[in-house]
Amino acid sequence: MQSSSKKFSERFIEGLLLISSSITSLTVVLIVLFLFKEGLGLFSHSAIEEGNVIAVNKNNQVSVLSGEQLKNIFDQKIVNWKELGGSNDSIILFRLEDISNYYSDEQIGENFEHLPECISKLNDSISGIISFFPDKYWTKDFKGKKIEFDPITMKEVFAGKEWFPTAHPAAQLGIAPLLLGTLWVSLGAILLALPLGLASAVYLSEIANKKVRSILKPLIELLAGIPSVVYGFFGLVVIVPLIQQLFNLPVGETGLAGSIILGIMALPTIITISEDAMNTTPRAMKEASLALGASKWQTIYKIVIPYSISGITAAAILGIGRAIGETMAVLMVTGNAAIIPHSLLEPVRTIPATIAAELGEAPAGGLHYKALFALGCILFVITLIINLIVEFISSRKKYQNS
Amino acid sequence: MIKLETINANVYYGASHALKNISMQLESNTVTALIGPSGCGKSTYLRLFNRMNDLIENIRIEGEILIDGKNIYQKGTNVDSLRKSTGMIFQKPNPFPKSIFENVAYGLRVNGINDAAFIQERVETSIQQVALWDEVKDKLKKSAFELSGGQQQRLCIARALAIQPSIILMDEPTSALDPISTSKIEELMYELKAKYTIVIVTHNMQQAARVSDKTAFFYLGELIEYSQTKELFTNPKIEKTQNYITGRFG
Ligand SMILES: Nc1ncnc2c1ncn2[C@@H]1O[C@H](COP(=O)(O)OP(=O)(O)OP(=O)(O)O)[C@@H](O)[C@H]1O
Ligand SMILES: [Mg+2]
Repeated sequence: MQSSSKKFSERFIEGLLLISSSITSLTVVLIVLFLFKEGLGLFSHSAIEEGNVIAVNKNNQVSVLSGEQLKNIFDQKIVNWKELGGSNDSIILFRLEDISNYYSDEQIGENFEHLPECISKLNDSISGIISFFPDKYWTKDFKGKKIEFDPITMKEVFAGKEWFPTAHPAAQLGIAPLLLGTLWVSLGAILLALPLGLASAVYLSEIANKKVRSILKPLIELLAGIPSVVYGFFGLVVIVPLIQQLFNLPVGETGLAGSIILGIMALPTIITISEDAMNTTPRAMKEASLALGASKWQTIYKIVIPYSISGITAAAILGIGRAIGETMAVLMVTGNAAIIPHSLLEPVRTIPATIAAELGEAPAGGLHYKALFALGCILFVITLIINLIVEFISSRKKYQNS
Repeated sequence: MIKLETINANVYYGASHALKNISMQLESNTVTALIGPSGCGKSTYLRLFNRMNDLIENIRIEGEILIDGKNIYQKGTNVDSLRKSTGMIFQKPNPFPKSIFENVAYGLRVNGINDAAFIQERVETSIQQVALWDEVKDKLKKSAFELSGGQQQRLCIARALAIQPSIILMDEPTSALDPISTSKIEELMYELKAKYTIVIVTHNMQQAARVSDKTAFFYLGELIEYSQTKELFTNPKIEKTQNYITGRFG
């Protein structure tokens, strides 16, 4: 009796464990699916703002434009149709508010009842016109040609140099500045944190005596537990002004400030993981080196570091991973300018910071919203790759030991 | 000729007294075996001669430890060059995670030798000395981990020989090896003794009897008996020794 009831309770617990692990896995899968569904939705959109129309004179040879071309037209960087493969005719911009330049209030009508007709006439009479107006003013007998837009392409997104998701009439969704910003800041962080972290790890693992280690190690682990806002705050009040003064810059909010903060935040990961790796160096191997007359330093850089190199690499990559995904602290200190950075002394904007800063103002389901989800997908892919690399390196390590 | 000597050597690990007043003289070009039950201090004693014990926290070493009549614990002793003159072989083969060639070259490189031709030649003769050359000459660039345990241990001996020490300290060098590898290493010791002073710690009575000229029996940190190997094994003066070598304890 007792044994059967015990069996039942064991089964019950096993069942619970199974259920909870399935729920966890399912949740992860659902989140990823959701992320990609929303993110990939971006590529079925066109760049033009929803509910609007772009029209030209019906004799115009141009009938398809890209989002970037449209933006350049309205920014007056493209001023002649021949630049777009049309005839030699200068481009005349027409936005709805320009209507008063052509027609009087009476002609338009008190309730704008003649507005569609007026727009139609304008498109008919001005050969170089390009007009941008809400599609409710588009009528069946419109005497002009509607410009078609291809959906947003991968190339526009990945190679686009401008991130301006709220631009009129065409949103600019080039993520190159954000991607580069993220990579620059993370790279800077790792360049700062790796030497320092490695030095600390060597000190902790090979030089410090037990007492010092027992004080330092918990302290370093504590560093990992500080909320990232606190790091951001510290960066904002200490590092940002320091950089501004040191390099004599107009603003101190730069990629460098982000790199420093992220570097500090990546330190605990780098130190603890590479120290653990160094600690696995067999004592006999170190003793063999010393017994051959090698000094302590020679033993460290010729034996300990090569032996634990895969652990050290994993530490560095995980450190980068931590830096790439970090949001709050970076948002606070990097200045968030979405321009392609040429040095670390310019403001930069990272992917996570962009998502955090813009999601609140992007209407759900809209182009901007989907673009932010696409950014999330990219971030997910980057961190996934990082995790796979770490996995690969540490599995190779296991193989080497056995 | 006396190569190694300790006079009233005492070693403490914190409060525990691991070696008690050991006074002993070891002759050059002989093999001296250290035997005794586990924990009696054999390794501790062996490691006095290349100051390997220095690495341990809270260790205290008293008395005089002499090599060629010079106290190696004197202030101003260069520990790195002292270790260069003593080769050490450990219980388990412990090659470096490097190629076979680089394992043997390691001791030369860390001692500042860069002459490639010289290193090449020294590596080759060292590997030949341990009768490993024919087995590895075609794969010197391969990782040392690809060798068998016995080959690895001979490689470790070659590695120690490459820096041309005058003393070889062996701490249970064959305890992880098969009988054939063991007998190869025992033969090797016999040959090496012409040029080196060898001290070997072993738990294997037959091995001690086979390879050593003199044997020291340690018990609970004390040196109980030290004499010619033949004498100690056939006619021990002290009952504890008798009991140990006949397997009645330990
Ligand atoms: N690093 C250390 N810290 C503290 N005590 C130690 C340390 N190394 C050895 N001891 C102690 O010193 C004594 C002698 O140890 P030692 O290693 O010299 O014995 P051994 O004769 O070599 O034993 P075995 O045959 O098992 O290798 C033992 O009681 C051991 O517990
Ligand atoms: Mg021992």
